[in-house]
Amino acid sequence: MSKRIDVKDLNVYYGNFLAVEDVSINIEAKSVTAFIGPSGCGKSTFLRTLNRMHEVLPGARVEGEVLLDGDNLYGPGVDPVTVRSQIGMVFQRPNPFPTMSIRDNVLAGVKLNNQKISKGEADALVERSLRGANLWNEVKDRLEKPGSGLSGGQQQRLCIARAIAVEPQVILMDEPCSALDPISTLAVEDLINELKDQYTVVIVTHNMQQAARVSDKTAFFNIAGTGKPGKLIEFAETSTIFNNPSQKATEDYVSGRFG
Amino acid sequence: MTSTLTPVRKRSALTKGQLPKYAPYVVLGVALVLGAAILALIGFNAFGWGVVSAILFAAGLVGWSAAVEGSRKAKDKLATCLVVGAFLVALLPLISVIWTVMVNGIPGLLNPAFLGTSMNGVTGVYDNRAAEGTGPVVGGIYHALIGTLQITLLATVISVPVGLLTAIYLVEYGNDRPLPRAITFFVDVMTGIPSIVAGLFAAAFFFAVVGPGTKTGAVAAVALSVLMIPVVVRSSEEMLKIVPNELREAAYALGVRKWRTILKVVIPTAISGIASGVTLAIARVIGETAPILVTAGFATSINNNVFGGWMASLPTFIYTQILNPTSPSNPDPSSQRAWGAALVLIILVMLLNLGARLIARVFAPKTGRR
Repeated sequence: MSKRIDVKDLNVYYGNFLAVEDVSINIEAKSVTAFIGPSGCGKSTFLRTLNRMHEVLPGARVEGEVLLDGDNLYGPGVDPVTVRSQIGMVFQRPNPFPTMSIRDNVLAGVKLNNQKISKGEADALVERSLRGANLWNEVKDRLEKPGSGLSGGQQQRLCIARAIAVEPQVILMDEPCSALDPISTLAVEDLINELKDQYTVVIVTHNMQQAARVSDKTAFFNIAGTGKPGKLIEFAETSTIFNNPSQKATEDYVSGRFG
Repeated sequence: MTSTLTPVRKRSALTKGQLPKYAPYVVLGVALVLGAAILALIGFNAFGWGVVSAILFAAGLVGWSAAVEGSRKAKDKLATCLVVGAFLVALLPLISVIWTVMVNGIPGLLNPAFLGTSMNGVTGVYDNRAAEGTGPVVGGIYHALIGTLQITLLATVISVPVGLLTAIYLVEYGNDRPLPRAITFFVDVMTGIPSIVAGLFAAAFFFAVVGPGTKTGAVAAVALSVLMIPVVVRSSEEMLKIVPNELREAAYALGVRKWRTILKVVIPTAISGIASGVTLAIARVIGETAPILVTAGFATSINNNVFGGWMASLPTFIYTQILNPTSPSNPDPSSQRAWGAALVLIILVMLLNLGARLIARVFAPKTGRR
């Protein structure tokens, strides 16, 4: 239940502004890949192109190919909705639906698409997803309460449960821990380690220790200056990036000399 | 050996140079007495007494404060006086209106038949008898109440879908292109349309389409929806705009289509605001008189068919009762009925406002911890 992603010569634009230039990267199935880099270098923008969330913004467009197990996401006739149901996403800020209970939040992907599901199946799916997000024990007695009543860390894990409930091939995480405290961050990181048994995980993070802790491979993005496009500088095993990077810029960044 | 001496004094050094707590009351008392004295010289009246006393009070308090506390505190007192004064000036007409309508309207409402009968068959003869004290005030507002409720309901049924869908188009699909910008502009213009113009538009439209002289409740409902749609569009638009984009993106990322996202995520999140906006829009048009007069005419008998025949409504009932009393020689029973109808109208608007608050509370996203 996981697929690999291969990106070939991808240029990402906001209108006429080239935000990310010429990225080629191969993301293995059932692995955790971290994107690191200074603010504004385009790592979040690039992440959003991987499930066609980028084009939700007016004027945003993409040139190049993103292959999900060989199928081009940007091929003619590809429905972005199909893409997104295979590639889930967790956002920087926890965003449970405020009108729904915890249970309905987990089932959102099913219910909002009006798929028929029996009560028993729904219960099983809720429990499986919440267990998968390490949240079941904390919320099993209050599944009918609103999701916005949970703490920030619990909300974020609820969002992860919601994302894995639709059983995607790939899960993208856009700085999932930047709004969380260390304890919740630890819970989410443990979760990421478990998720990679089943899913391909791509995570954007500002926290280099986090990248070192959770990821198998790390990609370093950088930007030459304001108004210039972001570029993929180096992509390698995480240990290589942090201990023995081949690029000077990577070494400077991971050793804290800038950024 | 030294001993620390605790200075014995009544007030803390930190509160030196302040007016005592009772200062405003003293100034108020002096101002009232002085005001009464001044007014007595030029002829006493309550309104003048209030105004003169207020000016004396403000001047006295600010002057005293400036002498004792310094200019900063004096300016503070001046600002407080101005704010409270403005508040009272704004409140006076409101209380006065409600008081007048209550005093004049309650006798009409006390008549048990007032809400249950129409004006059908009520002639000047009955009113003359009532004025002479030999008979009761007969007649009621049942027909007008029915008309108001039907016309307003139909107007709501027309306006809410049109207004809500327009707002959805503007917010979710508009993307700041020229057409949505033009629509926004014209919606703003429409909110400023005088209500009589809306009435004339609806009347002319139905004259042209259905036939000359078409006056029914439905025509009035169209006129009212011309007034209502812009209000619904604006309030719904504001409510949809404050739905966080994160929720839309969360739904998209789950593979939910845009129209389903709008239907199942955006609208439920904004529904409390939309519903209270709609209720306030209803409250805004329920008291319209002129457009109903030119589109539905007025009737004295019960007409339950909103699509046929002239129809009364509460505002037009009030208007005709005051302007053309049933008995021209004894207008008092007519004005009693008019005040009663006015009270009912105010109660309706108040109920709608309470309803809007209730709806907002019921539909509001739950944020409770447990």
